[in-house]
Amino acid sequence: MAEEKPQTMSRRRFIRNTSLIAGGAAIGGGLLGALVGANLDDEQRTDPNKQTASQQAGGQNNNEALMYFTSREDFEVLSAAAERILPEDDHGPGAIALGVPYFIDHQLAGNYGYNTREYMQGPFYPGEETQGYQTPLRRNQVFDEGIRMMKELSQKNHQKAFNELEEAEQNEILSQFEQGKVQMRGVDSATFFNLLRSAVLEGAYADPMYGGNRNMEGWKMKNYPGHQASYLNQIEAEEFQEIEPQSLHAFHK
Amino acid sequence: MVTKLPKVDVVTVGVGWTGGIIAAELAKQGLKVVGLERGKPRSTDDFLMIHDEYRYAIRYELMQDTSKETITFRNKPNQRALPMRQLGSFLLGEGLGGAGVHWNGQNFRFLPYDFQIKSMTEEKYGANKVGADYTIQDWGITYEEMGPYFDKFEKTIGVSGEPSPLGGQRPDKYPTPPMKETVITKRFKDAAKKLGLNPYHLPSANLSETYKNPDGEQINACQYCGFCERFGCEYGAKTSPNVTVIPTAQKTGNFELRTHANVTRILHDGTKATAVRYVDVLTGEEFEQPAEMIALTSYVMNNTKLLLVSELGTPYDPNSGTGVIGKNYCYQILPGATGFFEKERFNTFMGAGALGATVDDYNGDFFDHSDLNFIHGGSISITQTGLRPIQNNAVPPDTPKWGPEFKDKSIHYYNRVLNIGSQGASMPFRHNFLDLDPTYKDAYGVPLLRLTYNFTEQDKNLYKYVAERSAEIMKEMGADEVVTSQTAENYNIVPYQTTHNTGGVIMGAEPETSAVNNYLQMWDAENVFVVGASAFAHNGGYNPTGTVGALAYRAAEGMLKYSKQGGSLV
Repeated sequence: MAEEKPQTMSRRRFIRNTSLIAGGAAIGGGLLGALVGANLDDEQRTDPNKQTASQQAGGQNNNEALMYFTSREDFEVLSAAAERILPEDDHGPGAIALGVPYFIDHQLAGNYGYNTREYMQGPFYPGEETQGYQTPLRRNQVFDEGIRMMKELSQKNHQKAFNELEEAEQNEILSQFEQGKVQMRGVDSATFFNLLRSAVLEGAYADPMYGGNRNMEGWKMKNYPGHQASYLNQIEAEEFQEIEPQSLHAFHK
Repeated sequence: MVTKLPKVDVVTVGVGWTGGIIAAELAKQGLKVVGLERGKPRSTDDFLMIHDEYRYAIRYELMQDTSKETITFRNKPNQRALPMRQLGSFLLGEGLGGAGVHWNGQNFRFLPYDFQIKSMTEEKYGANKVGADYTIQDWGITYEEMGPYFDKFEKTIGVSGEPSPLGGQRPDKYPTPPMKETVITKRFKDAAKKLGLNPYHLPSANLSETYKNPDGEQINACQYCGFCERFGCEYGAKTSPNVTVIPTAQKTGNFELRTHANVTRILHDGTKATAVRYVDVLTGEEFEQPAEMIALTSYVMNNTKLLLVSELGTPYDPNSGTGVIGKNYCYQILPGATGFFEKERFNTFMGAGALGATVDDYNGDFFDHSDLNFIHGGSISITQTGLRPIQNNAVPPDTPKWGPEFKDKSIHYYNRVLNIGSQGASMPFRHNFLDLDPTYKDAYGVPLLRLTYNFTEQDKNLYKYVAERSAEIMKEMGADEVVTSQTAENYNIVPYQTTHNTGGVIMGAEPETSAVNNYLQMWDAENVFVVGASAFAHNGGYNPTGTVGALAYRAAEGMLKYSKQGGSLV
């Protein structure tokens, strides 16, 4: 993995370190993680090279806090899985540095997570593949169960937390979910995996106001200019147009 | 407790393209029209924050709230139908303007062949070309008779275009010139010409220039911002009912719009409708709105559902082949080809919903089907609609769906992929139909509509042939790798395909085989007009809205006639 950015590096190391401490001390990883996390945030606040744009503009990013997950450990498992789906590489940041785990957390706390616009009346039957989503579980419950099973499988197969595993081991577990091979309660594991994969891509490339696509880095990787009022003067151009991206924050002036 | 309201001349159930056209035309003539719309009001001002892919294109802000109402689905009659719990294969609209707000604006006229498909197919290929299970029929009207209504709709919405070299006769020009030529549309046209085909610029309701329509409504010039399908237009440059026929109706003083009004039943005495019953979805209050004439102007699904729930017309029975309500549900077949270009990057993030180029050489009966195992075909187009980053992650075949290689390739190819796609015609089949679900109900206690649908041999054969033709064009365009799309074995309600659902209340020349006559007047209830793609006896090889709009003008003329003379109009 070439040239990781300092901020991401420290974040990834933080996740690993936290897990090691939690494993060794047999204390709730969530509590320790939160404490270490607070320290890290302090470190980031004082080092201008590790600050996000909003921090540099004069404050911490208060949006980076948990609305749905109650366990720091669950959030770290989610983060590690998201990073495997969209890893950091030469193109730029991966899911964690893009803020995707916070995006997913926030989505799970709202309409998306509670299926407010989905038909959720019974009776429920498994149905054919062509008939789509048929679980009585809401999306946030599907994530709860999926993360629970990821934790169980890592302990069973490797005696470690999912976020402590080697990348190849994490990939192997995720593949089992993808192939529908993990026995889950109330839902097919492929349904969980597909939801997770979609949510990662959504977080990477949605407008940054949702908490992912941090600093429009997702868009920059794709040379996607985001919200532009008009391409009237460029639509006939022969050459590819590189345009500085802009988000809907442009209206907040 | 149902509150009975004073009688009006006309009530429309739904206020989108068809409801808006009926309301405008009849209110202009002095009839009192009430428009019942189950969603909320909205206008151009509501689309300022529209450049939000996640909110509108992924979470479907403008679409139907399926927690309140959806459909159930199964592939064949011996399966248990289950609810479509979230939107997928097609996106049902909701709110003022309906699907006319979130359409792309691709506006065609169905072909002369479409309107007389049965007789023209039999005349050329004999009676047994498709087999008896394919319930194709003539529409009871010809392309020539449809001409004035097509023309009227195109002038109302200001279509920007140039004639198809192969399409039906068009006595008059399009109201505005074609949209701009881009690297992508030009590349497609050059390749098509080299192959001996007849390309033209796709007729667009994203307007090439500011236009004032005959009703005095202004439609603005398109900015090519790349947010059309699934979005509303913040410029008022993609024609919608909200910037044309609805304000036209309102200016007459004869049109009353009631939003949040969900119609649950048509009341009738067995020969004529008397009123509709609706729920105010904000308060739960129920109302009865009596009317001289009732226009069902909601989407295909709800037009059919309301008739079945209200026991108006004879339900279709696939076993005996008798009855008409729910018959000939069709969809669209979407073959195509994807081209991966290593050396070039394209401005695919810019565009407009109907910016594109099209050939009709493999549409309708413009090519000989004597040695082919299907009829009809499809228009083949390249479009530059604005590729957005969440939804578009095309990678070559055999690339993993996630992980390092997926990330690398989905980013590398993001601006290096072009797609050619076809709107393939869909022929009706005996076991593809709509009826009421025996188990599941909507938020108002009304049964959900049940869809029984699968792809047929005709569909699969058409798909394969047109996909191969699309790939030939893509190859000629110079793609380094061309991927020809493959037909699915079974129709799947999950992945988005198209919101071109048709049929269920089809038109025709005889009451035995159709639900409405060529004015879209019900054979079984002379003061009920059922307007929309529900009237299509099959689905053609183009986007349907142009033909829907034309049929709505035809129905409006019929309703005006009926208001004066009564009785059956044919």
